[in-house]
Amino acid sequence: MKKQLRIRDILENTQKIDLQLTLITGREGIDKAITAIEINRPGLTLAGFFDYFAYDRIQIFGLGETAYIKQLSRERREEIYTKFFSYDIVCCVYTHNEYPDEVFIEYAKEHRVPTFVTQHPTTRFISLLTHIVEAAFAESVTIHGTLIDVFGIGILLIGKSGVGKSETALELIERGHRLIADDLVEIKKIDESLLMGSGSELIRHHMEIRGIGILNVRDIFGIRSVRNRKRIELVAELQEWDANTHYDRLGIEEQVYIILDIEVPYIIVPVRPGRNIPIIIETAALNQRLKKMGVFSAQELDKKIQEWIARENNNK
Amino acid sequence: MKEKKVKVKSDAGVHARPASILVREAMKFPCDIYIIKGQMEANGKSIMSVLGLAITKGSSLIIRANGEMEEEAVDRLSALIENDFAELASK
Repeated sequence: MKKQLRIRDILENTQKIDLQLTLITGREGIDKAITAIEINRPGLTLAGFFDYFAYDRIQIFGLGETAYIKQLSRERREEIYTKFFSYDIVCCVYTHNEYPDEVFIEYAKEHRVPTFVTQHPTTRFISLLTHIVEAAFAESVTIHGTLIDVFGIGILLIGKSGVGKSETALELIERGHRLIADDLVEIKKIDESLLMGSGSELIRHHMEIRGIGILNVRDIFGIRSVRNRKRIELVAELQEWDANTHYDRLGIEEQVYIILDIEVPYIIVPVRPGRNIPIIIETAALNQRLKKMGVFSAQELDKKIQEWIARENNNK
Repeated sequence: MKEKKVKVKSDAGVHARPASILVREAMKFPCDIYIIKGQMEANGKSIMSVLGLAITKGSSLIIRANGEMEEEAVDRLSALIENDFAELASK
């Protein structure tokens, strides 16, 4: 599905980034959709070169553009603006708190192009804006699971209803780890290797524990027990123990779970009475951290054994 | 797999109590049940998941069931939503 982002959505962005924008034209056109992720600096265009004019992007006027326009005659400006606004411009932003000239404002109002002034310098503004726009256009999916930050590793717990995801998360929280979302995890593909998980804003940091009901984790365990978003680095599936299933005993081959075409390391944790699942999850997190640092326990032990066997064979 | 579209008519939307009724009914069926609103897909057997959808009056939902008794599950849950949870609330 092609996503749409309105100019209004940028102003009211969910990341709560303050772009320090002041709207200097009317509110008309504020519900226009932005279709291009990129931005454009219209320097060349203002100088009269209209080939390859990326008019469908957000137009950013920095100090250079503003200074250039200032030294043009009124006639020349009108000429340029007539041509500039003959394109279907989405929106214009002037940075460094520089206001456009009155001719520009007139044209912008006439063509219903929302024009803003921001206090931010150009580079800073572009980086903030890119952040908002990319997040809005990112592919996303919701997954039934629990996302928890264990020793800095974002672990997505999945498994059938009633297998104990929330209970496992509760004990992990009690042990000092942080909850991101329970039951409904929204996952966004930020780039080709990064999946960011967060919870629905409405129910953020709440959990349902059978027997108690709905809990506000932040109120009960404090601010240290929660965070709003976290990169997903490991998927752990809790499964009812089944004597007929073969569970991985070595962990030499890494298994992956695919979310939005990205491969995430994946483990299956069989659940049965007497197995302390939170401790297994904690250990899996530590093992994942080791792997990230290039230490692979299972493979290294195997290598050591093979070397020992080779040595023994030589001694025979 | 079975699916049905429903529209929420209740002024109160789906707040905690209707959600708990919905989940309780969903739990009676062995199949997997999903409630879909826009791009969000909630597990019909999880209270937090259903609440997280923020279902209000006028929300269009898709009830999807997959597995044993999927037909009955979809019929039961969509009837429940369309009838404003009336039959259960009165009990």
